Amino acid sequence: MSDIAIHAENLSKMYHIGKKQEKYYMLRDSLVDAFKAPFRRVTKLLRGQASGAAELDETIWALKDISFEIKRGELVGIIGRNGAGKSTLLKILSRITEPTTGFVRIRGRISSLLEVGTGFHHELTGRENVYLNGAILGMARAEIDRKFDEIVAFSEVEKFVDTPVKHYSSGMKLRLAFAVAAHLEPEILIVDEVLAVGDARFQRRCINKMQDVGQHGRTVLFVSHNMPAVTRLCERAILLNEGQIIEDGSVGQVVNSYLNSGLGTMAVREWRDIKKAPGDDIIRLIRVRARTRDGETAEAADIRQPVGLEMEYEVFEAGHVLLPYFNVLNEDGVKVFTAVEQDPEWRGRPRPAGRYITTAWIPGNLLSEGLLFVGPAMRTVKAMTRHFIVHEAIAFQVIDTLEGDSARGDFTGDLLGVVRPMLNWETQLVNDQFMSEDSAEARQVALVE
Amino acid sequence: MISKKSLGNEIPALPAVEVDNVPEILIQPSKGWVSLNLAELWQYRELLYFLTWRDVKVRYKQTILGVAWAIIQPFLTMVVFSLFFGKLAKVPSDGIPYPIFSYAALVPWSFFANGLNQASNSLVTNANMIKKIYFPRLAIPLATVGSGVIDFVLAFFILLLMMLYYGIIPTINIIWLPFFLLLTVCTSLGTSLWLSVMNVQFRDVRYTVPFITQFWMFMTPIAYPSSLIENQLLRMVYALNPMVGVIDGFRWALLGTESNPGLNIVVSTIMAFVLLISGTFYFRRMEKTFADVV
Repeated sequence: MSDIAIHAENLSKMYHIGKKQEKYYMLRDSLVDAFKAPFRRVTKLLRGQASGAAELDETIWALKDISFEIKRGELVGIIGRNGAGKSTLLKILSRITEPTTGFVRIRGRISSLLEVGTGFHHELTGRENVYLNGAILGMARAEIDRKFDEIVAFSEVEKFVDTPVKHYSSGMKLRLAFAVAAHLEPEILIVDEVLAVGDARFQRRCINKMQDVGQHGRTVLFVSHNMPAVTRLCERAILLNEGQIIEDGSVGQVVNSYLNSGLGTMAVREWRDIKKAPGDDIIRLIRVRARTRDGETAEAADIRQPVGLEMEYEVFEAGHVLLPYFNVLNEDGVKVFTAVEQDPEWRGRPRPAGRYITTAWIPGNLLSEGLLFVGPAMRTVKAMTRHFIVHEAIAFQVIDTLEGDSARGDFTGDLLGVVRPMLNWETQLVNDQFMSEDSAEARQVALVE
Repeated sequence: MISKKSLGNEIPALPAVEVDNVPEILIQPSKGWVSLNLAELWQYRELLYFLTWRDVKVRYKQTILGVAWAIIQPFLTMVVFSLFFGKLAKVPSDGIPYPIFSYAALVPWSFFANGLNQASNSLVTNANMIKKIYFPRLAIPLATVGSGVIDFVLAFFILLLMMLYYGIIPTINIIWLPFFLLLTVCTSLGTSLWLSVMNVQFRDVRYTVPFITQFWMFMTPIAYPSSLIENQLLRMVYALNPMVGVIDGFRWALLGTESNPGLNIVVSTIMAFVLLISGTFYFRRMEKTFADVV
């Protein structure tokens, strides 16, 4: 079985999550226990049984009986919603944590990128951090020496290589960290959602670089919520839910069933804890969704019907002239459009504090079939501060039902293109080569009209 | 898109021989005591080097006195000791000027205590690395203790100057010095390994370390000579503290204190190695839980 890069069998991982409640009937019991507990913990510790700072008895299975095989050179995406077990699986494959049961056999030099810039120290210079981070990621010193110039050139921070990283902007820091990671040359590469950061142009370069990695016959395992990135990068996808594999197959098929199963619930995203929601002290995003005219969340929208992009947000500080806008990308990562709020009622007007819902209506017969990703964002007009931007916060599917009254008409084959507008068509017969009497007559009529 | 999809066909099948050279990793749950796997630590020696180098570089960043701190700490302690213990309390010093008598002990002691202090917290300080990347975890406390060697060398240089000033010529026994330094490393690392693992689980450890070093200092002949203990049997019990052997050894090798530490050094050496080996095994055993708990 020499062409197998990763073989996982019956992998399970159990976590301790919380304290089991014990009932105390008497104060004396609880006091005695309070005294005993530290000793019990210390004995446990010395015996080598790990427990957290508390008595952790309640458990959860983050992964349950996962088995799969990945061939050498395969590009596999791992998808699933939060808490599905993706990160746990990555942690096991990267040997950061051990499985509770089962085993994995990995053939080949493996590198994992669960984060960019692991071990970066802000007091060290860019140059020093490249060496440190490279060593942490498993590069040999000679290898870093050799690639150093290339790494720095890729990161575009040449001028600041000898400046302590603490004086870098967060973007620069990220670019440098990425540059190091992008120059890894393992046989197997495990990447967590690290590409979800950084500016779009740089993101694209990283994805290209990773595609390069794939083309050199390396095995890549890629975990992401970014469906366009997954579809572009991978050929196969594994869908996880509640610690189990739901589907394993070609990327298009798995991404599709993820989106349609409702597991994805990609068409709506809500931040329940407003303190952790995107935004700042002035304004915070609460909810984004794609909707139909009836007010239903539009997981899949009919190509002929308008789709509303809706963002709900809370303004805490009155008096700002706000500019909500949406970025829309297709599954190839191409930006379809950016649309800025045009409601005349609020244009140039400072807004009072309160909760708002802004909806942008995309007319029917405009978008192309396929998956579209929506990123809501908010700026202040005057100061041009950006309060929040959530890249690819939600996604919805545009579906053409082939009933003949959409822009494709009676054509049933594949149609490419970023948009599929319903245009006004005119066709005239201007020169009839085999002019018959009937048609000549007809033409006469047309001309008269 | 197209190139991606056709990828599978482009990869040439590798010859079987080459395939067999590919390293294979088996990931599975480990039970109980695990092997030390020092070979792997050796494989990661460059990382160990970079981590040590980082700790050295970062230690005195954004301080005014910088690396001078490595000298100031033991030197000022020596001044205070000389004043109170040497001058006022008239503590005997084996016939050697008290300042150099105490400084010769404070140099290895600072190395030990600073190493212990920083290394016992090192796993928590580097929690992020532990949670994000695989490498032999032993590298972290090892690098932290190792980075103290630079401080030691600087402080030791002052010791040589002081010997010059007091006109003390080291005996041939100075060749044993590296051994005593190694003994210090073993003691510091061994203790740190135990404490750093416990610190992952219970942050109480961090608060007890200053007490531990303080008590330990009084149990070690730094301000006083170990010759104060006259009973030979008692001295062997005393030498169960490995730092006793270290300090006696330093004084013996450098200053030529007449008492040959002999048997006591053996006791201390054994203790230092017991600490180190048990600490390493305990560390390896608990290692797998770090990422989940820290």
